[in-house]
Amino acid sequence: MTQKTSLIEPDARTRRRNAAEKRFRAYGAVAIAIGLGFLVILLTTIIVNGRGAFQQTFLSVPVYLDPAKLDKKGDRNPEDIAKVSTFGYGPLIQAALLEQVRGLNIDTPLTDAKDMKALISASAAAEVRDVVMADASLIGRTVTFNLLASSRVDGYLKDRVSRVGVERDKNIDAVHLDLVDKLRDAGVVARSFNLSFITGADASESRPEQAGMGVAILGSLAMMAVVLVLSLPIGVAASIYLEEFAPKNRWTDLIEVNISNLAAVPSIVFGILGLAAFIQFAHLPQSAPLVGGLVLTLMTLPTIIISTRASLKSVPPSIRDAALGVGASKMQAVFHHVLPLAMPGILTGTIIGLAQALGETAPLLLIGMVGYVATNYPDGIGSAFLDPNSAMPAQIFEWAKRADPAYYERAWGGIIILLVVLLSVNLIAILLRRRFERRW
Amino acid sequence: MLDSSHNVIKIAAKNVQVWYGDTHAIKDVSVELEDRTVTAFIGPSGCGKSTFLRCLNRMNDTIEICRIEGDIHLDGQDIYDRRVDPVQLRARVGMVFQKPNPFPKSIYDNVAYGPRIHGLARTRAELDDIVEQALRQAALWGEVKDRLQAPGTGLSGGQQQRLCIARAIATQPEVLLMDEPCSALDPIATGQVEELISGLAKDFSVVIVTHSMQQAARVSQKTAFFHLGNLVEYGETGTIFTNPVDKRTESYITGRIG
Repeated sequence: MTQKTSLIEPDARTRRRNAAEKRFRAYGAVAIAIGLGFLVILLTTIIVNGRGAFQQTFLSVPVYLDPAKLDKKGDRNPEDIAKVSTFGYGPLIQAALLEQVRGLNIDTPLTDAKDMKALISASAAAEVRDVVMADASLIGRTVTFNLLASSRVDGYLKDRVSRVGVERDKNIDAVHLDLVDKLRDAGVVARSFNLSFITGADASESRPEQAGMGVAILGSLAMMAVVLVLSLPIGVAASIYLEEFAPKNRWTDLIEVNISNLAAVPSIVFGILGLAAFIQFAHLPQSAPLVGGLVLTLMTLPTIIISTRASLKSVPPSIRDAALGVGASKMQAVFHHVLPLAMPGILTGTIIGLAQALGETAPLLLIGMVGYVATNYPDGIGSAFLDPNSAMPAQIFEWAKRADPAYYERAWGGIIILLVVLLSVNLIAILLRRRFERRW
Repeated sequence: MLDSSHNVIKIAAKNVQVWYGDTHAIKDVSVELEDRTVTAFIGPSGCGKSTFLRCLNRMNDTIEICRIEGDIHLDGQDIYDRRVDPVQLRARVGMVFQKPNPFPKSIYDNVAYGPRIHGLARTRAELDDIVEQALRQAALWGEVKDRLQAPGTGLSGGQQQRLCIARAIATQPEVLLMDEPCSALDPIATGQVEELISGLAKDFSVVIVTHSMQQAARVSQKTAFFHLGNLVEYGETGTIFTNPVDKRTESYITGRIG
């Protein structure tokens, strides 16, 4: 008679099996923990490094808008006022700041108005000029401006610029930093939220404090519009034809293999193709979001086709049978029943493709969308697509390779904006999916 | 009245051969199906009865490797004629499938889909009428009349199958093909569907493929026994079950093959 095994005491085999399962679960948990750890490191690094870009240092200065300098004739004629360039405004601002320093009884060895130049952004003169141009009646009055501080001052307040570092810096000296300390205590120098980082245009290498992502965001949006308008209909139409209508033979097999391979082609290859086909052959404008969008469309199409075909395949054949069984034509079966059911999958694929395209930099290098191009807002719809522009990742790349460390901070800040845009795109995708999703 | 309409041939198949690739699935089948009659196709799995059923409304066209020879006539017209549009044919020869497959839409839209695409109703009221008629014929109206906008997929299995039947008859076909319509249903739902089939034979000719010999005996007037792609025996249901001519039919009916 064999001995009955106890159900309470597991036997050796069961113990081994349970131990193996426990180990496997532990591996899984560890894998997820590692992944989460990296995500946390990534996000904290980005936020810690990029946070500064959203804060900027401003100088609150009452500027006397001297009529003797700004409107010599005294008749407030806009044409005459326009003749005074930013060089006319610079000394006024510097004198105003020096006046304020004296008024506050701050002890500083800096006594010349020109010494104040190091504190003020080069863009401040243009800022004041724009205000005066808009309202000539301000001339002759004292107006308090919130002027951008120079990037060195900004960096000093953000601990990027140190007293040791400025010893070899031609732009600013330790005495300036002493003055900044005192002005900060007096409330003249302060940091505040920097909206123009999100809405502004790129600036030259020497004015990082002025640079913003706004124009590059518009460039990216224009490209995404081109990508969406072209790749969604073309991709979906191609997938429906291949999946539902095309005969299954050697040619369609060949096409299928090629589409799968295209999805794996490095994006820079699409860039040089775009350069050759759209710019050199078709003579479309260089650096234009239209061309960028066309190149990214080429890149996105395989992704959309593959995911659309997969979601068409996943619609149960019984639905097609049901439609054909009541006398629907093939096209009616596809458009009335199969396509709506495949819609969530198609949308997901499209959004993934768009997100990829949004973050793509390499092909833009080759069609001239990387570099100092994003200086002005487009004038209108046409100009948004045809005038030279950059894109968010290209702008980030451009800032990261500039020498001034102030631009390094901007690059991180740009990445935050890029991620926020990507997350909002994904959020839209999730909401759309919810809308289209049907239960069986 | 019923008897006078019997013996009118609705579908006549002559020397039908079907290949799936290299597999010879239907071998030289000739059969004449009568109007306003329930004809049952019985036989062991893989004998070709479903394949033959799908030939009758050209559903096999959707299978690329399927090749069909021979003639099938509906009211004397060759349905495999080059000029025949299979879509038009399927509006006249409806089909109900093995697994209930309602569209993931409302009950109303499920039934209204066929009439809509065929333009059978000019006004909303007419469409409402057709939907109600079809659901009544499918013995489903009482259960769903208060929730026509509810999803068809939310019904029970038996209700779903009756919804599929309602959907098929809403296009007012002349022939209704049913491919094991009760195989996924419980006995109560099966009973309801069988009752329904008997009622439908007043208006259509019904061809039903079934694995259940009792079902064939209960609902059909004519029975065809398929074996290994051959039509072995075809005749009055009573005769087939009580006095089969062929040895193989007898073996199947008594449970020795199958």
